[in-house]
Amino acid sequence: MEILVCVKRVPDTAENEFELNSAGNDLDRDDLVYSVNEWDNYAVEEAIQIVDNVGGNVTVVTVGDDESEEVLRREMAMGANNGILLSDDAFEGADGKGIATILKAEVEKGNYDLILTGAQADEGAGQVGGMLAAMLDYPYASLVNKVEVDGDAAIKVGREIEGGNQEMNELDLPCVLSIQTGINEPRYVGIRGIRKVAKLEIPVKGASDLGLDAATVGDAAAKVKRVDYFVPDMGDGAEMLDGSTDEIIAQLIERIKSKGGLA
Amino acid sequence: MAEIFAYIPHSAGVAEDIAMEYPDAAKKIDAAAAVTAVVTGSGADLDKVVEAMTGVYSSVIKIDNEALAYPNAEVVRKALVSVLPADAIVLLPHNTFGMDLGPGLSIKMDASFVADVVDIDSCDGTTLKVVRQELGGAVSTHVSCDVAAGAVVTVRGGSFVPAEDAAAGGAVVDKSADAGDLACKRRFLEVVEAEVGDVDITKSDLLVSIGRGIEEEDNIEVAQELAEAMGAVVSCSRPIVDAKWLEKSRQVGTSGQTVKPKVYLAMGISGSFQHMGGVKGNPYIIAINKNPKAPIFQVADVGVVADILEFMPEFTEAVSG
Repeated sequence: MEILVCVKRVPDTAENEFELNSAGNDLDRDDLVYSVNEWDNYAVEEAIQIVDNVGGNVTVVTVGDDESEEVLRREMAMGANNGILLSDDAFEGADGKGIATILKAEVEKGNYDLILTGAQADEGAGQVGGMLAAMLDYPYASLVNKVEVDGDAAIKVGREIEGGNQEMNELDLPCVLSIQTGINEPRYVGIRGIRKVAKLEIPVKGASDLGLDAATVGDAAAKVKRVDYFVPDMGDGAEMLDGSTDEIIAQLIERIKSKGGLA
Repeated sequence: MAEIFAYIPHSAGVAEDIAMEYPDAAKKIDAAAAVTAVVTGSGADLDKVVEAMTGVYSSVIKIDNEALAYPNAEVVRKALVSVLPADAIVLLPHNTFGMDLGPGLSIKMDASFVADVVDIDSCDGTTLKVVRQELGGAVSTHVSCDVAAGAVVTVRGGSFVPAEDAAAGGAVVDKSADAGDLACKRRFLEVVEAEVGDVDITKSDLLVSIGRGIEEEDNIEVAQELAEAMGAVVSCSRPIVDAKWLEKSRQVGTSGQTVKPKVYLAMGISGSFQHMGGVKGNPYIIAINKNPKAPIFQVADVGVVADILEFMPEFTEAVSG
């Protein structure tokens, strides 16, 4: 099975405290730590496990700048066979549809049975997989937490739905799935693993390589644009306790008792 | 201004809460616009929902087809593309169904797509300006969206003011005959119900709930000791279940359990909306987190900035007295 996994380099929410810049319209990006989108690691792990079982190849692809190469290399260290970097100044400012348009052009250059994305990334829209599938006229399932491959014609997948329930579906191949965290346990990648793939060539493709009209992707074509970042006024928020730990704990115990949580 | 359509999710003949919130969202897009409810489904359950929606919306489109009995996003998409005008503004729920349907629907309608909207700032001509969150709720953004050729907008539940059921006396338009060919490449098989765990976190008055701040599997014991001393039960947020450190039945959130304790101790939990969506019944929320900017402090009643790994053992000792 030929599998393409779409990944993204994002600010790491576990490693950063996000602050606005001095103008107050963007994040202060000077010291941000970036990593591969958490969901994408689960997608790559799932692809590797499928290929381990039924054979084939895993290719990871991203739309980004030179620095995005590091996330492709990381996923190749996990076990992806190939990496492709889609990069062009003309791609800057692309909205979700623009990114899906770029990926579609690359998908059509290959012969993929299965395309995976993370269920969402830093912007939390969860949009690219579903758009890509609709553009390709492939079936799509989002928030996938189980994949069963049985034969070449169709695939059985479980989707996470509300209340911890799981919705089972059958999809014709080729198809697009967005992968939810928790579907597997992504393997650990150490320095040694990264070194092993350090010399592998990662082709870089731009708009002309993909046969894309620069005017159909990127900022000029984007109908959805972020205007600014801001900190909303959320009212008072929590009453913050300070003082010694002993004093704080004594207060908390009192309050838990008064609210009926402790006898 | 384009017409606004609100897709009504429902199950067992009852519309989901978001159905009452769309009118407020629609009014913020265009105060003068008539908003039309769209209900897809099959048989008596569908009719019940359509009837209820005539009390909220002045116009209700009904699409009845056996293929729509379960809301398979691909089938619903085909029906909506056939029935709705090309430049429609379509409101969907930002839940597991809306996430499945929205992006593909926007492509097939050649419309703009904006997801997980928590507020509408303005709509100036064909430029809709909305409020979203990024990076797990750490920052908010204004996003502009060109709606000239229509738009698909997924709306976060609980963000808009629910409408009063005002006996709107809405007219029902049956568009079942216009749904077109609903054959599709994705087939719904069944819903597998969540497994019941060894502990029922939904029955406890006091929950010690842990998140990423617990850092390592071995530290879960520290939370269990605190819970034991308090006569509480340990629950958790999604990353703990993803890491397989606790069973799925202990997960609080929209994709896990809905709990209604009297007191909720959020230990090292950032407080994403998916997590807080599982905390109901207005409990007293105590948040302890070493990040003073954690979103949990916006929703908690009382907060402490501290490392839970140092705080919990002292808490346990004090409670054990």
